[in-house]
Formats: sequence, C-alpha cells, structure tokens
Amino acid sequence: MKLETLKELNAERAARRPVIVVTDTANGEQRLVKAKDFAADPLNAELAKALRMGKSTNVEVGGKKLFLNVHAPTAKLVIVGAVHISQALAPLARSLDYDVTVVDPRTAFASPERFPDVPLIAEWPDVALPPLNVDPYTAFVAVTHDPKIDDPALLHAFERGCFYIGALGSRKTHAKRAERLRAQGAKESDVARIHAPIGLDIGAVSPSEIAVAIMAEITVTLRLAPKEKEAAA
Amino acid sequence: MLNRDEDILKAAEDWQNAGQGVALATVVETWGSAPRPAGSSLVINDEGTFLGSVSGGCVEGAVVTEALDVISSGQPRMLEFGVADETAWNVGLSCGGTIRVFVEKVG
Repeated sequence: MKLETLKELNAERAARRPVIVVTDTANGEQRLVKAKDFAADPLNAELAKALRMGKSTNVEVGGKKLFLNVHAPTAKLVIVGAVHISQALAPLARSLDYDVTVVDPRTAFASPERFPDVPLIAEWPDVALPPLNVDPYTAFVAVTHDPKIDDPALLHAFERGCFYIGALGSRKTHAKRAERLRAQGAKESDVARIHAPIGLDIGAVSPSEIAVAIMAEITVTLRLAPKEKEAAA
Repeated sequence: MLNRDEDILKAAEDWQNAGQGVALATVVETWGSAPRPAGSSLVINDEGTFLGSVSGGCVEGAVVTEALDVISSGQPRMLEFGVADETAWNVGLSCGGTIRVFVEKVG
C-alpha cells in the first residue's frame, strides 16, 4: 500500500467517512474509493453492497480477482431516555457492536445503578447531543415519552442525517408529535423518516422484546437496499 | 464486520513516518471456522514488532516472518494457512479453518 493511500485511508476513517480499498491480489495494484465516489465507479454495485453489509469481500471482474476491503465507521446508537426499554436496548445494541450512549436529563432515570456499563449523560439534549458527533452512521431513538426531551432530540437527529430515527409512541401519539415538529420548522421529509411506532412488528410485549424489535428495525435499515426492504416488509 | 482496527493502521502510518519499513497483512479470504474475518489486519515493522491479528494468534509468527521478506523485497505475496495445507506451511489453524492473507509493503 502506498503511503499516500494509507494516509488518505486514515484521514477518512478519522472523519468517520466510509471507504473501500480495492486490491488486485495478483499484482498488488490498489486504489481507494470514497463512498461519495461509488456512484461513478465501474464497480458501483459491488462496492455499494459490500459497504451496506459492512463486509470485506472478493469479486472477479474482467478476469481480475479483486479484494474489496471495507472500512466502515463503527455504528453508534444514541438513546434519548433512560427508561426501562433502554435498560434492555443498551446491552443488546452493545452486543451487536454499536457504540451506545444514553441521554436523559432526569437524574432519577439516568443513574449508573440502572445503566452500569453504558456511557450516560444526565443533561438536556441541547447540551448532551452536540458533543456526541451524531452522524449518518448513527441510529437515534427517542423513548422518553416526554415532548420536552424527545422533540429537540429528534430535531437534532434530522439535522445530522442519522441513518435510523425511531420514536416511542402509538400512532396517535406520533401524529401529535409530527404536528409539533412541523410547527417547529421540521421538513415533511424529515418527519416522514421517523419510525413510529418504533420497532419491527413482531408482537413485542416486554421491554426486552421491544428492544429486539428496535434492533431488528435498525438492522434492516442499515443492511438492506431499499428494494430488498420493500420485499422484507 | 464493524471496524475496531483504527490504531493499527494509524500505527502503520506512524512507523512509516518514523522511517521504519512497514508491511501490512490482511485476511482476504476465509473458509470454515476461521477465527478472524476478511479485512482483519496485522501491521509489522522491520524490527519484527507487530500489532493486530489475522488469526487470533495461530499463524501470526509465520506471517511476521513473511512480512519481513516483503519489506525487504517490496513484492507483495499471498499466504495460505489451514489444516488442509500441510505441505506449504507447518503452522495450522487449530480451529480447522483456512485463511488467505495478503502481505504488502507500505510506502
């Protein structure tokens, strides 16, 4: 690997931007493709799939064996609301390799006793969220049931382009929330991005089951192409 | 696979900047129950110091030896390890998998 390529790779990774290094394993020829350049690349379909799956893989193109090494940022999960569901959701998400942070200004909820192994920020969203560097590799869930906390948090998630945004509440609750967010200037396309009621419909009842439904929905959103998603729904 | 290798590739850059010879070994293919997935990497400098892993410990020694050759020759090479391949290499993967490792010089 050329030093220039390595430097570029490290810079992209530090900035949490996905890249794929394409290597011809027969002769060591190599190039680095940034995610923003996928569309114009002859290997577009292969690159897009490898990135979505987060999996390094081999492809054969024009008689050449190419190794696609995927460098995707570690996915993050920001949970707003240190509630009962979050106590199940945080460890489940960690076991799926997400970097998890829980935010809740209510110190009775956001206590280390309730969340022994998870970074916990007992601050309002406007203080807690900006330093978290919420980005397109972040899944964002708002589960406090309190508009004073959930609404500003969701507006922040829209701004940062999170790949998944979910909010707890029935259809009725969500309709009211959508109205409030629009009134605060949210775009219709952003409001439509919220998964609510949150989680895949697997008949979840207990907090742990709801956590499974949420992580399943996040996984579908992360891994499946839009067409495959329609087929799975 | 979610990438936890940040410091390894950064170390490769730092070593290179410090004027050391550096090689990068990357798992490019696995069969059976290989311990580390494709994309896992090991970086080696010309003093034989290495960081990361390609197999969880089973074949790192052999990879480092090959990497030192690659650093001096500059020619990349493909290594294959596994229980089914006793002729080429004396080291095997205790778990029964097979892996191919691409070793290249940095710089």
